[in-house]
Amino acid sequence: MSARRTFTRPARLAAIAPYLWMVLFFLVPFGFVLKISLSQTAIAQPPYLPVFDLAAGAGAIKAAFAALSLDNFRLLVSDDLYVLSYLRSLVVAAVSTSVLLLIGYPVAYGMARLPRRWQSVTMMLVIVPFWTSFLIRIYAWINILQHDGLLNQVLLALHLVSAPVVWLSTDSAMYLGIVYSYLPFMILPLYATLAKMEPALLEAAADLGASPRTAFWQVTFPLSLPGVGAGALLCFIPIVGEFVIPDLLAGSSSMMIGQTLWLEFFTNKDWPVASAAAVVLLVLLLAPLVLYDRLQRRQLEGAR
Amino acid sequence: MAEELPNVEAAPAPKPEPPVAIAPEAVVTEPAVAADMPLLRIEAVVKKFGIFRAVDRLSLDIKAGEFFALLGPSGCGKTTLLRMLAGFETPDEGRILLDGKDIAQVLPHQRPVNMMFQNYALFPHLSVHDNIAFGLKRAGMARSEIDSRVAELVALVKLDGLGKRKPDQLSGGQKQRVALARSLARRPKVLLLDEPLAALDKKLRESTQLELMELQRRLGMTFIIVTHDQEEAMTVASRIGVMDAGRLDQVATPRELYEAPASRWIAEFVGDINIFEGQVESREAGRLAISTRDAGTVIVAEPRAPITRTVVSVAIRPEKVKLSRRGPVSDAVNAHAINRLEGTVTDVGYLGGLTVYKVKLDTGAVVRSSMANTARLDIDAYSAGQRVVAWFTPDDCLVLEQ
Ligand SMILES: Nc1ncnc2c1ncn2[C@@H]1O[C@H](COP(=O)(O)OP(=O)(O)OP(=O)(O)O)[C@@H](O)[C@H]1O
Ligand SMILES: [Mg+2]
Repeated sequence: MSARRTFTRPARLAAIAPYLWMVLFFLVPFGFVLKISLSQTAIAQPPYLPVFDLAAGAGAIKAAFAALSLDNFRLLVSDDLYVLSYLRSLVVAAVSTSVLLLIGYPVAYGMARLPRRWQSVTMMLVIVPFWTSFLIRIYAWINILQHDGLLNQVLLALHLVSAPVVWLSTDSAMYLGIVYSYLPFMILPLYATLAKMEPALLEAAADLGASPRTAFWQVTFPLSLPGVGAGALLCFIPIVGEFVIPDLLAGSSSMMIGQTLWLEFFTNKDWPVASAAAVVLLVLLLAPLVLYDRLQRRQLEGAR
Repeated sequence: MAEELPNVEAAPAPKPEPPVAIAPEAVVTEPAVAADMPLLRIEAVVKKFGIFRAVDRLSLDIKAGEFFALLGPSGCGKTTLLRMLAGFETPDEGRILLDGKDIAQVLPHQRPVNMMFQNYALFPHLSVHDNIAFGLKRAGMARSEIDSRVAELVALVKLDGLGKRKPDQLSGGQKQRVALARSLARRPKVLLLDEPLAALDKKLRESTQLELMELQRRLGMTFIIVTHDQEEAMTVASRIGVMDAGRLDQVATPRELYEAPASRWIAEFVGDINIFEGQVESREAGRLAISTRDAGTVIVAEPRAPITRTVVSVAIRPEKVKLSRRGPVSDAVNAHAINRLEGTVTDVGYLGGLTVYKVKLDTGAVVRSSMANTARLDIDAYSAGQRVVAWFTPDDCLVLEQ
């Protein structure tokens, strides 16, 4: 009897642990943000109204609920600034993710076909940049890209350009920074799916008359789609909310939603609008997640 | 689709008995090579992995329409040989000729050879139908034709109704049958089967063996099957090659292999056998007298090939060793020639159709005898501890020199 208890309790705990985690570190904070997004700014501490005060009694709480409104969301939809920020974020994330796929896939494919020994070496090479702080690496890029930076020096020395090119504060610099920073997140899941693919499948394809190219498109690529999906999500979602890279490398003419959020929070001190922006961002990002989940489930179930 | 394979029929959907697909150029060249050229000629082929020779100077001719079995213990190089025929490994030495042409330079996807893989290698993302259709699509076959060919194959391997399933929704035996259908779809000149029936239960394996034979006869294809189940090899094949350590030790019909194995190793590998070592003592009237330590003097028929050594082994299959309570009743001429060994039954193994007896001879050696259970009641059976005479005729004995 007691033996059974000690056996099942940790098991039950382990089963609910992920939910506990979700509730504690996602749902509860999200509740706060959602509540703030429905409030109004105020010059106060905290800088919004209403504030729920449990000590004030039921009547006060009722009044606080009544004071909540969707005004901030209306503002988000009506003001071009926000709509454009969202659009720009989505476009930047989509373009970056596509470029990442185009670069990451061949790299991962090459890695997976190396002899075992070399696979772990290349894996290290992919991961090693993480050992340096992300910010330091972005600042290094600023150094390379600036007016008298390494890139311009090399271009001038090779007589490829006659005057230094402006790289910094352009979209190209931002894309470069994003692709550089996120490449490992694309390569690793792709490599994982490609490496575990059975080589016998390619032999079977060849045996049945598929040229290496056909075999790639008919067998390797479809089988690597879960990796493509995982890599794309792993890159797309954080890039949409990216703040540091566009802030440091891109020009200031247009902003991504992360930058807009930062502006609202820290410069305008408008927590409610910033929160509303964050809530909308979350909803936007849920769409690709749900899509991916549905695709995977369909693949698992097969055609019944 | 740029790739095309001449050996896959481009003709309209075949009638119930589809003709054998023959490449256009094969039609032209066939009369020239038909006379004595085998379909497949393997010439002194060597495959090395490092310094290890997985296949070692192996030569073999296979005629069109043959059902050839490669039999051998695990690791003897059977799969490696098939992989060289399919083009996944290149021989380090020697040549492989198909229709008289060296196929060393022909890439796997251009060879008119298909393989059924030992671990099936089904495409997990494709349905049963699409797995089977894969090779036909690559050959640029029309869609309606593909569908009818696939339907035919699905029926053939008894997978009706499973066409839409993915491989991981199938049982082991069903997967195996999909792999078989897929490898048959292109009607290759040569079909390589690597242990195609290993995952099936005995009943299904036996019925599939018969289906394979029927199929091979009907389609007129050449099959090379790898197995380490000697009964399976004997059942399906018209010729069997016994492989050991990368070499072919003997190539023969099932009957020859069983009744006249070339060496003691083969005799022991193929089926069960009693072996007595001894020396040739005398020779008269087509009979040899061989004195053995375990069975006294054994009289055997003199083999056609002359014996060159004096130290030999006498081998006799258990079903040719008869048991009786007294010596065999026989006519006067034969009486002195029959080999009789007295002993005690120590072990009785009842196998249904057969009973296998172990008899401990008075010399201490053990002889196995198997007898068909021709009657339902056990009046004829012997029991452990019983004294018996084990006897066999000179003609049933084999003399093996190595
Ligand atoms: N790629 C390889 N590298 C090194 N050695 C190999 C390789 N492939 C096969 N071998 C070796 O070659 C020998 C023959 O292997 P093979 O797969 O042909 O055996 P097999 O006769 O098919 O055995 P089984 O009946 O177990 O399938 C084995 O000893 C195996 O270890
Ligand atoms: Mg094998």
